[in-house]
Amino acid sequence: MYALYEFLTGPGAWIAFAVFIGGLVVRAAFLYGLSRERDKLIYQHFNPSWGLRSIFHWLIPLGSVSLRQQPLFGLVFFVFHVCLLATPLFLLAHNTLWDQAFEVSLPSLPEALADYGTLVVMACVVFLFARRLVRPEVRAISGPWDYILLLLVLAPFLTGYLAYHQWGDYALMMVLHVLTGELMLVVIPFSKLGHLILFFFTRGFIGQEMGARREIDGRLGARTW
Amino acid sequence: MSDEELQEQTQEEEGQAQATAPKKEPEAPAPPKPIDHVKIKAILDSNLGARMRTWLSICARCGLCADSCFFYLAHDKDPQYSPAYKIKQTLVELYKRKGQVDRAWLENAKEIVWGKCSVCRRCSMFCPFGIDMAIMFGVVRAVCNSQGIIPTGLARTKQNIIETGNQMAMANEDWVETCEWMAEEWGEDYRDLVVPVDVKGAKYMYTVNPREPMYYPQDVGMMAAILHVAEESWCVPTVGWDCTNLAMFAGDKAAAAIPVRNMYNSAVELGVEQILTTECGHAYRSAAFEGPYFLDLPSGKPPVPVKHAVQLFWEYLKSGRIKIDPAKKLKEPVTLQDPCNVSRSGGLWEMLRELTLMLVEDFRDMSPNREYNHCCGGGGGFIPMGPEYKRRRMESGRVKAEQIKATGAKYIISPCHNCFDQLNDLNKEYKLGVKVVSFKELIIESMIVPDKFKPVEEDEDETAEGAGEE
Ligand code: HEM
Ligand code: SF4
Ligand code: SF4
Repeated sequence: MYALYEFLTGPGAWIAFAVFIGGLVVRAAFLYGLSRERDKLIYQHFNPSWGLRSIFHWLIPLGSVSLRQQPLFGLVFFVFHVCLLATPLFLLAHNTLWDQAFEVSLPSLPEALADYGTLVVMACVVFLFARRLVRPEVRAISGPWDYILLLLVLAPFLTGYLAYHQWGDYALMMVLHVLTGELMLVVIPFSKLGHLILFFFTRGFIGQEMGARREIDGRLGARTW
Repeated sequence: MSDEELQEQTQEEEGQAQATAPKKEPEAPAPPKPIDHVKIKAILDSNLGARMRTWLSICARCGLCADSCFFYLAHDKDPQYSPAYKIKQTLVELYKRKGQVDRAWLENAKEIVWGKCSVCRRCSMFCPFGIDMAIMFGVVRAVCNSQGIIPTGLARTKQNIIETGNQMAMANEDWVETCEWMAEEWGEDYRDLVVPVDVKGAKYMYTVNPREPMYYPQDVGMMAAILHVAEESWCVPTVGWDCTNLAMFAGDKAAAAIPVRNMYNSAVELGVEQILTTECGHAYRSAAFEGPYFLDLPSGKPPVPVKHAVQLFWEYLKSGRIKIDPAKKLKEPVTLQDPCNVSRSGGLWEMLRELTLMLVEDFRDMSPNREYNHCCGGGGGFIPMGPEYKRRRMESGRVKAEQIKATGAKYIISPCHNCFDQLNDLNKEYKLGVKVVSFKELIIESMIVPDKFKPVEEDEDETAEGAGEE
């Protein structure tokens, strides 16, 4: 078990981060190159201002008409993403690891706060999972992967939480925690979770397409938010 | 892709000729052509750019798009009508199967992409990733079209465009004759009114929906009267006068290029400053935004700017070039239809409102409105798809009918021909008790005609009435 843990936190972590970052970079670079060749429309009407405004409004809580129509989901969606990103990034234990491995670290959250963040992520996942099952229009379009990914997101938080509180077999929890965490990182570039960066491209595009291109005499284009 | 489509056209004709000529048994129906998977694959590949790839892979299955679609709302939130579901059933499946689908599959897809979506683009405003599902449905339409599987009404219209350059197969001479006739008729009420034809260097080249010369010639007369009173420099072209583009909705790029090419060519040859389109939604979208892509123009922009009639009206009224008699403003409650391709995809919704307020006293907006309006149910080719689809058109139009009813309006302004027909049908179906009008009509009814444009020989009474007559 210890050997496995050693591997996962050593070479395993390197591999996971390399695939995660490399995968996203390659994917984005490939799509960018392809767009230069095949999606001339983007560059013929290029307008960063409208694109950025659209991105901005979708990043702030309930910043879009769409999310305001489903405020509960909109808020959960926001809180989920914030905690999902912030908790692992600013966790003291992670920072210590990064400091050891790369000699860089981020400011750390107080441990109690990180603990709450973890709970919030888990609660949000449960909500999103339930929503997927309960709302007919969401269930109709959900495939096995949509549920698996949610569980995969849940797993590192759940195991991390259990390990931190020393519930169950600590060593096993730690192994599972690192394993599922790395699995999630590896899956991101190859799944719909690639929206981590692709979001900025698609949102920017529709922002300029519906906005800048429809702007007449300096008047409003369509706000896609 | 355009060459292929053209080839396909000829192949289809040959295919039909062969099917009819050597057949012995007269009873047996011509067997349907086998599905050309190579061609389907080619269409799928040619559309698989970075945007399409990203859209296909990024959908989070969050379901936010469902509530945005009026088909979904009109069918009591049946998940089958949600945009993401329709995409999953059609385009996602096509790519997954690499185009290996049979006729029955395509027939079913046809009922989805034409029968359950009007490519109104509302869903793209509600999707967190801004996935432009209308464009994706357009690809499925192109695939179906490549196998000759399209609603018959659109097939007919498309054929008209290929054969004559306009959707109603009207001869150019007849168009010019209609203009002359209208000039004569409206000249009785407006002194010196002409409909100038092919004037080099005119400011505007005015283009219409063929419905106008065909069924509503007075629309041409009204427009001429407005332009005349505004002392505008304008003309109509002999060729390329049809600004509509139903081939665009048929998913046929090659055919969609025809009317646009004619129109752009005429504008460039005549050296006009701008192309002016009539009160029609998809025509404006085709002329101003999509046309350059049908023709693969490197700039992605039309050779001369395109202006929608409502923008010109707005300029006239705002600047006082045309004055409205306050006493003649509509007193009854009026609402306004935001055609998808004028508002959401045209950017003109604020002008529509300012213009409306200058023409009516009691304006009641629908909800939702502006770029968030609901499609009336007549867009995306639905109107020309004909009786076969009428039932569905009335069902999905329920959302719009309820919106209208909630305003309590007696008039509804529609700056789009397709909306115009749909609203009239909805009016009957749902007993809305509204009258559908265009901006042209309202302006003609209420504009102040300076003395110099009043007819000479008539006495005063008749002039006053004559101005409002059609
Ligand atoms: C930047 C703007 C982002 C937007 C607009 C966005 C949007 C969404 C949406 C709409 C969902 C679907 C929720 C559902 O399940 O119903 C989602 C889920 C998710 N997002 Fe994001 N996201 C963004 C950034 C990120 C980032 C940076 C991450 C980091 C990894 C991320 C990770 C996830 C995960 C793990 C899920 C749950 C997957 C699932 O539902 O199956 N997102 N996101
Ligand atoms: S484009 Fe319009 S009709 Fe089609 S799915 Fe989207 S919202 Fe519905
Ligand atoms: S709103 Fe967009 S991301 Fe969500 S299900 Fe619809 S298409 Fe997919």
